[in-house]
Amino acid sequence: MINASERIRWYPGFREIALLCLVILYAPLIIVMIYSFNDSPSITVWKGFSFVWYEEVFTGPEAERFKQATVNSLIIAVSAAITSTAIATASALAMIRGRRFRGQAMTFGLINLPLMVPEIVTAVATLIFFASIGFDRGILSILLAHIVFCIPFAYLPIAARLQGIANVYEQVARDLYATPGQTFRLILFPMMLPGILSGFLLAFIISLDDFIITNFVKGAGVETLPTAIFGAVKQGIKPNIMAISTLMLVASFLLVTIAYFISRMGDQRK
Amino acid sequence: MAGIIKPTGKPAKLADGTQTSIVDGRQHLLLLPAWLIIGVLLVIPVLLMLTYSFLVQDFRGGVIWEFSLEAYDQFFFDRGLFGDEPPSIEWTYIGIFWRSFVQALLAMIFCFLIGFPTAYFIATRPQKSRAFWLFLVTIPYWVNLLIRTVSMKFLIRDNGPINTWLLSGGIIDEPIGMINTGFAIQLGLFYSYLPFMVLPIYASIERYNFALSEAAADLYSSRWMTLFKIVIPSVRPGIIAGCILVFIPSLGAFLAPDLLGGAKNFMIGSLVEEQFKGQAGDWPFGAAVSMILLSIIMVILLFYARAQNRQNDGGH
Repeated sequence: MINASERIRWYPGFREIALLCLVILYAPLIIVMIYSFNDSPSITVWKGFSFVWYEEVFTGPEAERFKQATVNSLIIAVSAAITSTAIATASALAMIRGRRFRGQAMTFGLINLPLMVPEIVTAVATLIFFASIGFDRGILSILLAHIVFCIPFAYLPIAARLQGIANVYEQVARDLYATPGQTFRLILFPMMLPGILSGFLLAFIISLDDFIITNFVKGAGVETLPTAIFGAVKQGIKPNIMAISTLMLVASFLLVTIAYFISRMGDQRK
Repeated sequence: MAGIIKPTGKPAKLADGTQTSIVDGRQHLLLLPAWLIIGVLLVIPVLLMLTYSFLVQDFRGGVIWEFSLEAYDQFFFDRGLFGDEPPSIEWTYIGIFWRSFVQALLAMIFCFLIGFPTAYFIATRPQKSRAFWLFLVTIPYWVNLLIRTVSMKFLIRDNGPINTWLLSGGIIDEPIGMINTGFAIQLGLFYSYLPFMVLPIYASIERYNFALSEAAADLYSSRWMTLFKIVIPSVRPGIIAGCILVFIPSLGAFLAPDLLGGAKNFMIGSLVEEQFKGQAGDWPFGAAVSMILLSIIMVILLFYARAQNRQNDGGH
């Protein structure tokens, strides 16, 4: 039985639009996944199920290029995520546990600045910066650029988590003569861990995802997975691209699911 | 384990009753890395970009350090092939900005029309299933943007699955030309940024007091009148936030216009990218175009911040 207040909230068609929304969001991904198993060199005609394009990804003529790009992407994403998570954790502690200070609002703005400046503008500015100081463009320039825009993504879940932890725990530890370092290591850090882990995973995914900024600051011959895929797609969508896409899709899906459950696990312990 | 911990700190509450914090005296040290990294790698580069936009192009792909307004002049004025004719307004680049503006606006409207009902529907689900619905809507956002755009391109191509099915089903005789159109760009932008619309609206509706809707119904307001006169005005901050979060990245987007729009539908992102590609690029001009884009976005954000402040002041 539907009660009156339920009926008042209900609007005809909203459920259908929400379902349509999911269809639009998932249809392209699911179709690419299905066609990546297509046993046909033409990507439009369905010829039956096969793993041939996955073999192509790992052993085909482009395998070496994609392997190198994947290694580069992973090195950059892991390093950028670790660095930005450490910076974000330190910032969150100072912003949320510290006293109010002059320029606090400005610091908050600075941390979130990479989210406000359009990516293409950041890309141009970073390229000009590296070029004008004569910085060699390669893995290191990509990594530095990635750390910048990973900071706000790592900061958000860490700060949210820290705000949810009452400061009585630290106070008790301090009352029992723990040093600030011990208090952080033994009390606060374990409680912040779910936030820190989801911040790390988000930063990792964001770094792995980036195309525009990487495309600007990478040197000639250095490729990450997105720039390598973009280069290949420019020559037409081949089935091996769909196989790579499916692999990346599954990887992203797993990472986000893990981040989601880590943050929920943390909330329940509160 | 307990033996290793040597309690050597000071008590949390000092004799005068003030509380200490674990970050006391270290606050600036803790913020230093963030200040340094974002300051050196984002603030200084943007200032440098501003400087570059006033320099002269070096034809080997670089700049000559000499003050000039040439880049902005090139953007706004047409002085003929040899630069000696009387200046008239140059419409090419203003046209590209205008087109990007329209595409971003249409993508935003498209996102709102689908995103609002979706957010409303999710917010009126039982508490337990809300998190799951939100999870479903946000997952595609975390999938690589390039892959999502390529998937969309694959789907709507002339010989892609949609056209193939429609043709084999006899519904159409010729493939529908969806790729390389404005519609394809809007679809791509919509697909890229939809969660940015749904999440803030959802957050607003979740805080909305449905007793207001019930009161309106008691006073014989129709369902739709309640929606337009009560619900939408109440959740307006969420709607505006969502619109800004979709509009701004859409305006400077590169992948969707480049992969889905084709050469005819050049947008700001491609214009900028072209200036930095290879030897033929014009860095000062690219910097000027980026500065103009950044200025437009800063103005939008400023208006938004002011509108929000006014609303907060009016609140109490």
